[in-house]
Amino acid sequence: MLDLIVHAALLLAVPPLLLGVINKTKAWFAGRLGPPLLQPYRDVWKLLRKGAVYSRSTTWVFRAGPIVSLAAVLCAGLVLPLAANRSPLGFSGDVIVFAYLLGLGRFFTMAAALDTGSSFEGMGASREAAFSALAEPALFLSMAILCVPARSVTFEDAFGALPWTTWGFEHPTYLAAALSLFAVLLAENSRIPVDDPNTHLELTMVHEVMVLDHGGPDFGFVLYGSAVKLFVIGALLVHILLPIPAGGGWRAIALLCGGEIGVAMFIGVVESIMARLRLPRVPQFLVGAAVLASIGLAALFYRGAP
Amino acid sequence: MLGLILLSVALLCASALAAVLVGRSDRAALSIGTVGASLSCALGATVALAALLRGEQSSLKATWPLPVGELHVALDPLSSFFLVCVFLVSGLSAFYGGGYLGAHAGKRRLAPALFYFNLLVASMAVVTVARDGILFLIAWEAMSFSSFFLVTFESEREDARRAGMTYLMASQLGVIFLFVLFALLGRGSGTYDFDTLGAASGPAAGLANVCFLLALVGFGTKAGFWPVHIWLPDAHPAAPSHVSALMSGVMIKMGIYGLLRTLAFLGPPPVWWGALLIAVGAVSGLAGVLHALAQHDLKRLLAYHSVENIGIVTLGIGLGLLGQSQGNTTVAFLGFAGGLLHVLNHGLFKGLLFQGAGSVLHGAGTRDIESLGGLYRRMPITASTFLVGSVAICGLPPLNGFVSEWLIYIGAFRGAATLPTGWAIWAIVAVPALALIGGLAAACFVKAFGVVFLGEPRTEAAAKAHEARKAMRAPMLLGALLCLAIGLWPAGAVRIVAPAAAFLGNMSGPIPDAGPLTAITRVGIVLLALVGLLGAARLVLLRGRKVSRAATWGCSYAAPSPRMQYTAASFAQPILALFAPVIHSRVDRQGPDGFFPAEARYEEHLGDMAGERLLLPATRRVVRALSRVHAIQQGRLQLYLVYIAVTLVVLLVWQLSGTGR
Amino acid sequence: MTGYADFLLLVVVALSLSIVATSRLTSCVRASALQGVALSLLPLALWGRALDRHMLPVVVMSLGTLAVKGVVIPLLLSRAIREANVRREAEPFISLHFSLLIAAALVGFSFWLGTVLVLPRSAPTPLLVPIAFATLLVGFLVLVVRRKAVTQVVGYLMLENGIFIFGQTLVEEIPFAVELGILLDLLVGVFVMGIAINHISREFEHIDTEWLSALRD
Repeated sequence: MLDLIVHAALLLAVPPLLLGVINKTKAWFAGRLGPPLLQPYRDVWKLLRKGAVYSRSTTWVFRAGPIVSLAAVLCAGLVLPLAANRSPLGFSGDVIVFAYLLGLGRFFTMAAALDTGSSFEGMGASREAAFSALAEPALFLSMAILCVPARSVTFEDAFGALPWTTWGFEHPTYLAAALSLFAVLLAENSRIPVDDPNTHLELTMVHEVMVLDHGGPDFGFVLYGSAVKLFVIGALLVHILLPIPAGGGWRAIALLCGGEIGVAMFIGVVESIMARLRLPRVPQFLVGAAVLASIGLAALFYRGAP
Repeated sequence: MLGLILLSVALLCASALAAVLVGRSDRAALSIGTVGASLSCALGATVALAALLRGEQSSLKATWPLPVGELHVALDPLSSFFLVCVFLVSGLSAFYGGGYLGAHAGKRRLAPALFYFNLLVASMAVVTVARDGILFLIAWEAMSFSSFFLVTFESEREDARRAGMTYLMASQLGVIFLFVLFALLGRGSGTYDFDTLGAASGPAAGLANVCFLLALVGFGTKAGFWPVHIWLPDAHPAAPSHVSALMSGVMIKMGIYGLLRTLAFLGPPPVWWGALLIAVGAVSGLAGVLHALAQHDLKRLLAYHSVENIGIVTLGIGLGLLGQSQGNTTVAFLGFAGGLLHVLNHGLFKGLLFQGAGSVLHGAGTRDIESLGGLYRRMPITASTFLVGSVAICGLPPLNGFVSEWLIYIGAFRGAATLPTGWAIWAIVAVPALALIGGLAAACFVKAFGVVFLGEPRTEAAAKAHEARKAMRAPMLLGALLCLAIGLWPAGAVRIVAPAAAFLGNMSGPIPDAGPLTAITRVGIVLLALVGLLGAARLVLLRGRKVSRAATWGCSYAAPSPRMQYTAASFAQPILALFAPVIHSRVDRQGPDGFFPAEARYEEHLGDMAGERLLLPATRRVVRALSRVHAIQQGRLQLYLVYIAVTLVVLLVWQLSGTGR
Repeated sequence: MTGYADFLLLVVVALSLSIVATSRLTSCVRASALQGVALSLLPLALWGRALDRHMLPVVVMSLGTLAVKGVVIPLLLSRAIREANVRREAEPFISLHFSLLIAAALVGFSFWLGTVLVLPRSAPTPLLVPIAFATLLVGFLVLVVRRKAVTQVVGYLMLENGIFIFGQTLVEEIPFAVELGILLDLLVGVFVMGIAINHISREFEHIDTEWLSALRD
């Protein structure tokens, strides 16, 4: 029971902080002071208290989009272990559920985008469809690198089987998985170099433009949902990179939050030093991530790990 | 049980005949045919389900007036499972067809359609229970011919006729392989009875390999493997929608059934069979979904998705074979169960989608996606069920497509972990393949659903569309409910599939535990609960606040029009550009030029890559090589008679001089 | 009574050769009619030893063959000739003399066949098998070298006659019903061919089968 409360608390409370950290890091890099760390919380709160305007072209699908995608991402967060190796909804085979829940959220976001009958959203949805189709294999291959040595398809067992004592150069396969997963993280959360979360020019938008017509509580859900998605995929990454104790406890929570903030800062740095990739290059970037992961997997088989 | 199945078959044939006899009156024929089909299918489905759950194995033998073969039918878990699929989807399609054909009532006689439909369902049922090679082939041919007549139902249309001819030729070419297969198998044992063929330890290794390849091509033509799928994208759109639902939902699964049945009596499989099936499945899946992305005819798009889903089924079966050949029962069970459950799931949601497409055609008068749009407000029920079908076919939770893909994924992961390295690679190949296929399928269905039902209507016809009739709506709602039910209760679904999967893998142990499956139910319920919660939260938040409606933001453009919406071709363009080396579409564009461009045009058409790049050039080469032999066909009657006479005389002399005086 | 049977068989051969030799359509049909009559008498000559109950099928067979091959079919063909308004065969592929030579060679060939062929039981008369083959082969020859559709029907009839003669060796094996069936088949076949000829000639104003080659692929 306590585990459930801790898990839920982490899942619900921490995500917007990450957005704040990213923005602060970028500002610091640019020599600015930047928005306060807790600004995203205020943004979401402000949005939730507003009214709403709906386009006449839309149907209930448009209204359902933010809700379904937030629900899916929260559910995925409940499936993934956070500060321990167990999760409230974890079971044998939950890695697949995790990936496909994110896919469900994406489907409804894209459908809601097409519902507005606007070329902007259509453009965003089309690009999102292309990029996410390529990100899926990369995600699955990284998870395969986790699962195959553990001979299991549960996050719990996969995390438990990570060899902490001899990490690092001894296990380049996990490094490959981590890098590939980081690329997927950037793609899924519309970060540079895949997408620019700050500009609102149609030429450069993927995720931002898909939610252009949402306002008020809907946009609040969208903003919060993107933070939760960042948190959730980041948590997966953190579990691979840091030795989080299996039993939970304060050390585990601290490591998780620290790791997440570290990931957020790293994203901030990446966003500050890189420019956005030209659109035709993004697929190459994602395919590269998939190839990296498959090389890691091949290395795994070659070393006879299973 | 078997007797009741035969009774449903008999009822189907009887109602088919009755429909023809009252052929004068379209209404009467329609009612008799539809009611007969629905009732027989309902009866058949329940009986088959009961037989499956009870694990019944019964058989019936009788002789018949033909010189070879005999009437041998039997029920076993595999047959019962496929009977459930056949009767369930056929029943829903028949019900739908009752409403759909009503719209055609004035233009042409309906009786033949009902006759051939019922005959098709009856022949499919006989195919699944046949245990004698000759009976099997007779039922198979009956299936091909009745579906041919259904495809060419609207025979005044050029494309329907051409599609029918392509279909007929393809299916006959496939049957040739089947004839050779059965001849080879029967020659060894002297009989075509499946029991004798299966009881022996299996034919010699070389013969078994040849038989497997023959079955792969012969049954694969019907199932729609790439590259012998080329009849599918033409035939399924040309047929009336309830027939497309039936053909895509069940008839192509008869190819899968045939392959599985052949595997059952070919003895223990060598490992490369599983690897080959995984390869075929992955290629079919990818090719199918890529072609689907480029289509702008709604039914053609759905037909290519059938190719993709058959690829997924084959992936599962290949995985199962891989496990079976290595003696790994977990992988074998998961692979077979995933493949078989996908057979059932695909029947359900593809039937649902084709019925939706039929309703769109019925309501808006066109199948062209680019001229539709905004149909949600005009046809809410159709749109909602189409949405359910789309989410299901993308394999997203909490619907049924997810469950079968989940089983295959788990099987692949376990296979990668436990099989010997060389073959584990084949198991792990299934994972990114399935992931990519799933991602592309999601892209395609967002496109299809979004462009057709959402946004603003792009033409007059779309703006004036009307909802489907009640008789068409009911089976769609039922189908959607079944998709949701299987998605939320995977334990029950696997319980249905398990006997058949165990039968295929020759497994006798207990079924792997269902713990994870109830967990999937839990996740699904939590998801739905969260959706409900958030929806309620928003309602509460918006209470007392201002909620208004306005036009979609158009960057301050003063006169937005529906033509400014994203088209389906634009939506798919990034992905197709990515795969340009393998997918060559013909682009016809006329760009805007001048300072005040008046018009511009962009059209993109994709033919079938397998047809254009592989089969057509090969056929042309063969025809050219054989054209030299063509010279003997002069067209002169007398010359042909000389050929006959000379042959006879030569034979006679040869025979006589050989045997001596 | 093999003497009568041999006589009839030789008549049949002579008539076959005469059909090959003539180019007038009416004489072809008449010769074919006479052939039919001769054949109807053949079973009686072969099996008519004693007039008893067993003879009834044979007698019925003879009468049937007489009626169909001797009367009905020639009438049908004459009507076809009249309506198609042709008198003479056009120039055949091979000249008449040459075809006669080939026919003679074929007769010789069939005699050779008769000696080589081993039958399960011996024929009532040694001439039966060779003449059967001869009629068959000459019928084939007529089918091959002639152009007009009517002559081709005559050739077809000769083919059937050859088979009929051969069937006399197996008369115990072939049931009565089958024989009648064959006869009926023949009648219907010729009937249909006659109608077809009429329609063809009405549509195209000739019955030259050479033009069928225009149908080829």
